[in-house]
Amino acid sequence: MNALSLRNLKKTYNNGFEALKGIDLEVEAGDFFALLGPNGAGKSTVIGIISSLVNASSGSVSIFGHDLSREQAKAKSCLGLVPQEVNFNQFDTVKNILLNQAGYYGTPRKLALQRTEYCLKQMDLWDRRDTVSRRLSGGMKRRVMIARALVHAPKLLILDEPTAGVDIEIRRSMWNMMQEVNQQGTTIILTTHYLEEAESLCRNIAIINHGRIVENSDMASLLARLHVEHFILDLARPITVAPVIEGCHIELITDKTLAVAIPKEHGLNKLFSQLTAQNIEVTSLKNKTNRLEQLFMDLIDSNPTGVQR
Amino acid sequence: MNYCIALKTIVTKEIFRFIRIWPQTLLPPAITTALYFLIFGKLIGDRIGTISGASYMDYIVPGIILMSVISHSYANVVSSFYSSKFQHNIEELLVAPIPNWMILSGYVSGGIVRGLLVGVVVALISLLFTDINVNNIAITLTIAVLTAAVFALAGFINAILAESFDDISIIPNFVLTPLSYLGGVFYSVDMLPGVWQTVSMGNPILYMINAFRYGLIGVTDIDIQLSFLITGGFIVTLTLFSLYLLHKGIGIKN
Repeated sequence: MNALSLRNLKKTYNNGFEALKGIDLEVEAGDFFALLGPNGAGKSTVIGIISSLVNASSGSVSIFGHDLSREQAKAKSCLGLVPQEVNFNQFDTVKNILLNQAGYYGTPRKLALQRTEYCLKQMDLWDRRDTVSRRLSGGMKRRVMIARALVHAPKLLILDEPTAGVDIEIRRSMWNMMQEVNQQGTTIILTTHYLEEAESLCRNIAIINHGRIVENSDMASLLARLHVEHFILDLARPITVAPVIEGCHIELITDKTLAVAIPKEHGLNKLFSQLTAQNIEVTSLKNKTNRLEQLFMDLIDSNPTGVQR
Repeated sequence: MNYCIALKTIVTKEIFRFIRIWPQTLLPPAITTALYFLIFGKLIGDRIGTISGASYMDYIVPGIILMSVISHSYANVVSSFYSSKFQHNIEELLVAPIPNWMILSGYVSGGIVRGLLVGVVVALISLLFTDINVNNIAITLTIAVLTAAVFALAGFINAILAESFDDISIIPNFVLTPLSYLGGVFYSVDMLPGVWQTVSMGNPILYMINAFRYGLIGVTDIDIQLSFLITGGFIVTLTLFSLYLLHKGIGIKN
């Protein structure tokens, strides 16, 4: 069953800007799905329409088989949203924010209290339940928004850049939380600018550019398309000229650091052998860019006008 | 989906909001109206004599109570809904499976409760200056609730259309206050020259205040049935317009 189904979704704003030019997208139940795209590509508009914050110009949205315009209550009940910006009442306590949210979804008080406790404990916020939300740190506010979105036990959770602006430690702990939520059966749609995040968490991916889907496939197939990988090599001894190896592009960054672009079929073992033959000893290696980031840039650059592929 | 729980949640949230900030919401009308009663009712009123057989103090009590109901039912909804828009937490309601009529009912109920609560506070203050024997409790309460509903709805529309905090103070300052003062709070419309009597008939607040005054002390310049008809007409019109705005998402959706 599809958790989400978008059919020919179009949106033209009042100022004439055509944000979506016909989006077709399906997300399977249980998936951890990445929706990526550069700024202004139309991601927020798509999410806005799915979550009823933006009116679509045409097209249809179906959430777990419920059409958003015809079975609004049923469709909305399946959805939880974590928006980009903090949007809860900053004068309310953490606990009240969740209890109110549960109430909006018709959750009886006793169950709402249980769900609130469960979600706050899951997000490691139970100790802060009586804190007025404006006194929380940025990372805690983000976790409150996730807890709030989960309190009515949605089947589909949309996370719109949930880790933007949080430090790496909190980001990693949020990744674990998201994976846990997904493993418990909640379908997750994630938008993020941290492509490492999408690569680590998501099984399927769609890339949107200029209001159109320019890529929609599973993460493994997409990454398999990467023909050239980029590495940074640290050397044991300084060199003055970059070595020349056929099929590879090598740049000298510092006297002890090389940037290498190597075709997948070339293989790292062969590269190391060729470097050793030139008396160059490699002490460590790391990816120059995240693999998905590289593909993302390739797709965006090759589709400057968003032509559908 | 249990809609009763959703509605109860919105109404409770709205009531707790103004109770939490009671020094801003419930205390000022007590002080302001006590000064009205002291200055206009006691000091000046004693020199005016009677209007339609009622002492001046008794005559102005209903108008001052209803004027407080009007301004506070309006202020509650306009400030609460606009703040929700400004902080974006209105999105919590828009994303949730709550029908538009329920969002409207929740906010309007909050406005009515605050308006009536302030009305009770002002009525209690008036008892320090005069004794009021209620003429018709049913008319008094009904017109108070209906008037609060009219202005809670008006506040809701103002909040939806407002794009800045300036926009939510323009109507109360430049429309609501003059209409309230010119709505026969402090005088009988019969005291006005002919042309101004006719002009006053275009002021809806005049009808509400007179109906309330009739309910409280049995004195009115206006036909009570007409007052209820006009008040009901405003409720229907403003409700339909509010639902239209919510349906179209004007001011709250892109």
